[in-house]
Amino acid sequence: MSAVTFSSEAAAPGELVGLWREHRALLGRWLSRLRREPLALLALLVQPIVWLALFGHLLAGMAQTASVPGGSYLRFMTAGAVAMTVFNACIQGGVELLFDRESGFLVRMLAAPARRLSIVTSRFVYLAGLTSAQGIVILAAAYLMGVRYASGLAGLACCLVIGALFGAGVTALSVALAFSLRSHAQFFPITGFAGLPLTFASTALVPLALMPEWLRAVARLNPMTYAIDELRGLVISGWEVRPLLATAGALLAFDACCFAIAAFAMRRGWR
Amino acid sequence: MIANEQTVAAVEVSNLRRTFGTTTALDGASFTVGYGEIFGLLGPNGAGKTTAIKILLALLRPTAGRARVTGIDVAVQPMAVRRRVGWVPQERTADPLLTTRENLRFMAGMYRLSAAAGRRRAEELLALTSLGDYADRLAGDLSGGTRRRLELAMGLVNVPAVLFLDEPTLGLDITARRSLWSYVRAIRQSGTTIVLTTHYLEEADALCDRVAIIDHGRICADGTPAELKAGLTGAGARASLEDVFLAATGQELIDQPVTDQLVGR
Repeated sequence: MSAVTFSSEAAAPGELVGLWREHRALLGRWLSRLRREPLALLALLVQPIVWLALFGHLLAGMAQTASVPGGSYLRFMTAGAVAMTVFNACIQGGVELLFDRESGFLVRMLAAPARRLSIVTSRFVYLAGLTSAQGIVILAAAYLMGVRYASGLAGLACCLVIGALFGAGVTALSVALAFSLRSHAQFFPITGFAGLPLTFASTALVPLALMPEWLRAVARLNPMTYAIDELRGLVISGWEVRPLLATAGALLAFDACCFAIAAFAMRRGWR
Repeated sequence: MIANEQTVAAVEVSNLRRTFGTTTALDGASFTVGYGEIFGLLGPNGAGKTTAIKILLALLRPTAGRARVTGIDVAVQPMAVRRRVGWVPQERTADPLLTTRENLRFMAGMYRLSAAAGRRRAEELLALTSLGDYADRLAGDLSGGTRRRLELAMGLVNVPAVLFLDEPTLGLDITARRSLWSYVRAIRQSGTTIVLTTHYLEEADALCDRVAIIDHGRICADGTPAELKAGLTGAGARASLEDVFLAATGQELIDQPVTDQLVGR
């Protein structure tokens, strides 16, 4: 074997170009991993429809006895299905970083001259893309089941943005959890434990008016409720700018809190 | 690229200390690696080898003392150091769900190469490490020796000035080990300085130009394998590096009760 001559070493690129290149590499890796697990991909795309069809029809009968905003339960629930899907995907979103910590892959990435924060931000971009794709599937499926959207196509795009704003905070919590735990054995029990109660203590499936007093108080504090109410407004009533901005503000505040928690967990947990 | 290549060493470590709480991993270690050398860092488990390497990769900050790679202080310019060094860790870290080629391109991206440069670099490394036939296989499906070559190639994406190999042949059979040695020699031929840790003294003897023996966070012997063997008094002309190692680390005291040895580390 003879020595191989290498292509000459390129000068270090500017910071913005460097950030772009490392994000492209990281996103490419997350997407390749997803592509190699087709059953997981299938579950991610089909499960939201199952939620919609199952809960939508299961609870529709009961819902007839009470009045649900929007005229039909399915129409009422579409917003809830979007928010639930975003929550479920994002709350698990940090676990890949925990896997990378366990395998030593994370340390190897840290030895490269990439920004360590890029590893996390690429996860946010990936999950925003993934949950948007899921959101489109849900909204299209609901349309086929007869749900009509008061705010039109632009409103649906706005739904995806609201979903991403909500998802960013949830992802940050997941990342914080991933950096706080020693192994993934605890990760899924914790997210599983938190997931369903948080969903039921929101307006995903039941309007505030039909909740018992104490649950209504909890639901009012739940950021998922804010996201759902706004999504529901876009689906059922159409554009209302002021509440839209208020919700966006509330979700940004939620994101800021979650980012602070994640930053704290990450400062201590890189290794 | 480096103006004063003649005057500075590839790696310069002086009085390096690193503590973790009450544990002292490095206790004033000093050593120098010249350009183009294959340098072996030998020592028992827990001697401070991995800590030293992590400091030289700018993954850990030293508690005291100084570490410079190609003249650049790791504590002052960590990013500049990372651009110039490569690392092949002890663990299998290639992503098992990516192919060989995808793993290489991914690492190229993490070293901020452009897409085109990354593609070119991946093909060069596939050729260098004879991984062409495995380019589209998932890393998780590769055999031990092949996987090890991929790990090696991943440490070379940035054409490092200094390559750190942590136990490069751990767990390989003798054929795969010898084969990996020939790749390491080829990498040195291309101008890369190599620092490796190993438990296999035979490996250090066969591969390394110079060797330092580290124990309890200090360097206790340093020189070419031949010098170290010659310097060992009382062992005669047939001293092996193993004798040197045992003498230097004081582990010839096998009369010592086993429990003492276990607790003493």
